[in-house]
Formats: sequence, structure tokens, C-alpha cells
Amino acid sequence: MLRRALRLGLGPGLLGRGLGTHREGSTLDWHGKVSEIKKKIQSVLPGGAWSPLCDTSHLPPEHSDVVIVGGGVLGLSVAYWLKRLEKRQGAIRVLVVERDHTYSQASTVLSVGGIRQQFSLPENIQLSLFSVEFLRNINEYLAVVDDPPLDLQFNPSGYLFLASEEGATIMENNVKVQRQEGAKVCLMSPEQLQKKFPWINTEGVALASYGLENEGWFDPWCLLQGLRRKVQSMGVLFCHGEVTRFVSSSNHMETAIGEKVTLKRIHEVHVKVDHSQEYQPVECAIVVNAAGAWSGRIAELAGIGKGPPGTLQGTKLPVEPRKRYVYLWHCPQGPGLEAPLVADPSGAYFRREGLGNNYLGGCSPTEEEEPDPGNLEVDHDFFQEKVWPYLAQRVPAFETLKVRRAWAGYYDYNTFDQNGVVGPHPLVVNMYFATGFSGHGLQQAPAVGRAVAEVMLEGHFQTINLSPFLFNRFYLGEKAQEHCII
Amino acid sequence: NWDLRCKGREPKSLRLVAPVWNRGTSGIRGLSRSVDPEGSQRKGRTLLQFLADHFYDVEAVREYLLQKQVLKVLRKNRFQDKEWMRPNGRGLSGELWKLWEVPIEAVDASGCAINYQGLDNVLALKELQSLSLQCCPHVDDWCLSRLHQLANSLQELSLAGCPRISERGLACLHHLQ
Repeated sequence: MLRRALRLGLGPGLLGRGLGTHREGSTLDWHGKVSEIKKKIQSVLPGGAWSPLCDTSHLPPEHSDVVIVGGGVLGLSVAYWLKRLEKRQGAIRVLVVERDHTYSQASTVLSVGGIRQQFSLPENIQLSLFSVEFLRNINEYLAVVDDPPLDLQFNPSGYLFLASEEGATIMENNVKVQRQEGAKVCLMSPEQLQKKFPWINTEGVALASYGLENEGWFDPWCLLQGLRRKVQSMGVLFCHGEVTRFVSSSNHMETAIGEKVTLKRIHEVHVKVDHSQEYQPVECAIVVNAAGAWSGRIAELAGIGKGPPGTLQGTKLPVEPRKRYVYLWHCPQGPGLEAPLVADPSGAYFRREGLGNNYLGGCSPTEEEEPDPGNLEVDHDFFQEKVWPYLAQRVPAFETLKVRRAWAGYYDYNTFDQNGVVGPHPLVVNMYFATGFSGHGLQQAPAVGRAVAEVMLEGHFQTINLSPFLFNRFYLGEKAQEHCII
Repeated sequence: NWDLRCKGREPKSLRLVAPVWNRGTSGIRGLSRSVDPEGSQRKGRTLLQFLADHFYDVEAVREYLLQKQVLKVLRKNRFQDKEWMRPNGRGLSGELWKLWEVPIEAVDASGCAINYQGLDNVLALKELQSLSLQCCPHVDDWCLSRLHQLANSLQELSLAGCPRISERGLACLHHLQ
């Protein structure tokens, strides 16, 4: 009633007066003023954004259907597929909470950026195949009106895995599974390897598997920015803050056989604003844990793992941050343009970077040598002692090299079986996981995002069946072990 | 793009295809003729009036000129020990189908809008010796990574003028040694 009266009053009446002022030669901008007044009045009326007590424009909204904790490539991928697969446009309100908008510690942007189909689990191969198809057609998936197309700088040079005598049978079995799923991989003997890549020293190598197509490396920052801009254009809200608390309610129920079980439901997410004590309770229906290396902490906040060990309540999310170093070096006589990403049986790997004889590489440390993940400082001695000897043994040209730069990043390492965790938690019924990919999260992000969105919207996996990656396996002890980890 | 394998073998069905295709290319002209205004009856028109009558906007003029160009520059094939087969003005020549069993030695796809999926047809030609992908607007690094399948037989490859390829795609041509 009031609104209609206002519209009638502010509409033709002021217009009539406006004509009069034009004749008098006044420069009052009546139309601009009118629209401003109308906007202010509409925001004051119930349902508007204006709060009479204080300015809340920097805080996240009070209600959101889905809250995604973590704005890296996995979180943004889940947001993208949720908006893409929703039944009606604008049906779901999504909020992405990211603690650090510069992504200074995020695994996504510190990654080497490789993508491969050479895995041992068929699910991993399927995830990677879909992701590579997504990257190939990225400008059809992530097109935004009036924005330039994305250039991922993809190098289709492939991955070369070397295996010693012990690992040769496992590699052969893996290649069989990969070929069944549709990956283009070829097996090479040491003689063929020597002929094809003369700079390799094939001593100790019994078998090698070389990815011919759809494998290589690309720029992860470009993918992240492309997803961010597309997801913003689809209406997803971003919030610069940290999740500090979940407010949930418990429901004591009995299973079919009479066991007592406590189901929890998260009602509110408290998001603390950066550099301030202010926080905003966001009422939500579903929470997605895509916090990468810090997913374990978020799971603890939700009460996952608080219970007697050995029970489902006491099963923690086994994802923790593990620091990994990446070194960039220059070697004037090094391998040429044909060099793929070479992975030595010792765990050391390297790839070509650019056209100036620069190479990127590193090595995953053993359990005893794990560096302290408290900070991202680089240990150069690690390169001297643990990486360089293996590289120089495999590629004799690397005996003379000079390290130019180095950085460190986190793996969201799944200590149980080094594979991702997706899907809902059995007890905290509205928390979904999309984390724990232990170093191959970036290359599987588009497909994992789609799988998690399908579980959230339909209730089950539709395109790729990721049931081996559900949370239950930690309690049941069923490992989905991946043998090809770099 | 035409796929040698999916069309029927009889030349009769082929001739059916050709007129339809031609109707498509002159479709623009046909459309504008069907909405001919009264003014076209008058004699002594200016050039502008002529253009305005026959083409409904500048895009249509461009389309028409492009179609004429496309008619000239089309895919040509060369069979083993034979000459280049080109589609003439009225479509594909009938004798093409008599050479069904003969393997194709060279494909000239310059200027064609062939893309990643379209390469399936070219990669199926296992005895291909020469491939020309000059000035193809959609051939990019991903397409180059597929060419390793022709490594056994390919002798010549031409990629001049493709706007989308970069040094990253050229780096994976080492398969074709």
C-alpha cells in the first residue's frame, strides 16, 4: 500500500514539476534524484538491504543456501557446477568464503600445474579425462559476455613415468586399466626410451609409460581467474573472511537394528571478517568443505572426530597440510622441446618451463623427512641432498645446473590413502567434502566439482561414480589406494 | 566437411546431395529476392538502391562474397598415383565413389573450419603422406597433440597461417619423426 502510494506520488507528479524546472533553466537533476530517493525508501522497507543500526555492506549475507568454505579451484568448481546444474536459474544462493584473496598460500596457484591420466584407479582416470575435456573447451564452459577468452597456456607434452624392476608389473597393470578407460598411453622398453629421448640414462629402468595425448601442464592461475569471473557472473557471492564456528543441532535417532546414533545438522556458519573481531552468522542449508590443506581444521570445528576412537563419531577427517618444494633451475645443455614431465622411480620429477632451458621440479619426501608445515619457507639443502642426485643420475646433463628460484606449497594430504574425499559425512548430514586430493586436486577439479554438485542436487553420483571416495571408507578401513603419486 | 565413409556408395545419392548444398549457398540471395520490394521494378536505379534491394544488411553482403570465395577454395584430395580430386562447381564428382578402396595419400584442408573432433576423419587415413592445414581458423595446440597417430606415414605437414597454434603445440610434433 505504502509502496504503491509512493510510486504514484513520486512518478508523474515530480515529472510534471520537472518539466517546469527545465523551462526555468535550472540544472537540478530531478530524474537522478528521484531514482535515488526511490531506492533509499525501498531499502528501508522490510526486505531491503539497509539496516538502521549500522552499515553491513562489508559482511556476508545473513542467509545463504550453500556456504562453500574455501575459494580455491575445488571450491569454485563446486560453485560453478551448482549454478550450472540448478533446475531453475537463481534457485540456489551460493556463498564462497575465502580467507585470503591474494591466494598466497593456496595450493592451487603454487602448483606445478600438470594434468595426467596415468593413475591406477579407474575413477581417477575418468575424473582426469573429463577435466582435460573441460580445459580443452574452457572458452565454451567459462564464457562471460564482453570478457576476453582464456588462454590456459597448455603444453600437450605428456607425462613419462619410469619404473624399476619391482614396479614394472604394477605399471603394466596400471596401463591396462588406463587404456580400458580411454587414455592414450604407450609402454616403452629401455631401448625405445633411449632412442626417443637420448638425454635419459636408462640405467635401472625396466619399463616406461608415456602419455601421448591429453597430458601436459597448464597455468593454474588462469583457470582460477576464469572460474572466479564466471562464477561471479552466475551470481555467486564472495566473502573475504574466515570460518570460526559452526552452530549445529543434534538429533538422537535409532537405526533399523536399534543402534543409537546422533545426527548433526549445521544451521549457522560464523564468518569472521579479516583484521577485525566482527563476525556474521550466516544461516545456511549446506556447507561444502573445500578448504584444501586446512580441511581437517574445518572438520574439527564441525565436531567430526569428537568421540571415542574406533567409532564413526571418533573418525577424524585424515587430511593435513604437507609442505612440498618446487625448484626452478637453468641448465644450458638440458633436454629439448620434446621433454615431457619425467617422473623417476625415486620420486623426483622435472619438466621443461618455457623455451630458455629452464626446468621445474622437485621430489616428495619420505615420511621421516616431512618438513614442518607451519610456514612456506624453502629448504635449499633438500634440493642438494634429496633431489639433485636423482636428477643428475637420470639426466646426466643436469650435473651442471643453477637453481634460479624456489617456492613451497601445501598438499592437502590424505594420510589414509592419498586420494580425495567427496560426498556427505554420514553423521553431520549437511556437510559435503571436496578435498584431500594430495597433489592431484587441480587436475581433477572440474570433474570433482561436477560430482559433488550432482550429489548435492540429485542425491547420488550421476556421471562418474565416486563411491570409493566417500567418507565412510575411513571408518570401514577400505583404502582406495592410488599407486601413482608424484 | 564431408566424411568419405558415412555417405552412400551410389553416385545417385551423391547427386542428390549436391543440389541441396548449392541451394544452401545461394540461400542468402534467394531470401532477399523473395522479399523484393516494389521498387525493384523501376529502371534507372542507383548502385545503393540495388544493394539495398538485394541484401538486407552489410552482414549479408559479406556472407555472399564469402560464399563465392568458399566455392572456389575447397578441399582437394589426392589418391594413390592419381591426380588431385576436387569438388567442381556442382558438388563432388561422381567418379570419387569408384575409388572407394584406394587409400588417400594427401589431404589439403586449407581454409577449412576443421576442429578437434573433425580431425577424427583425417586421422583415420592410415596411409596419409601429406597433410596441409594452412589457414585453418580452429586448429590449435590440442589438435596438434593428436597428430602423433599419423607418425608412421606422414611425410609433409603444413601449418602455415593457423592463428591459434603456438610453440607449445609445435613442441609436441616431435612424435612425427
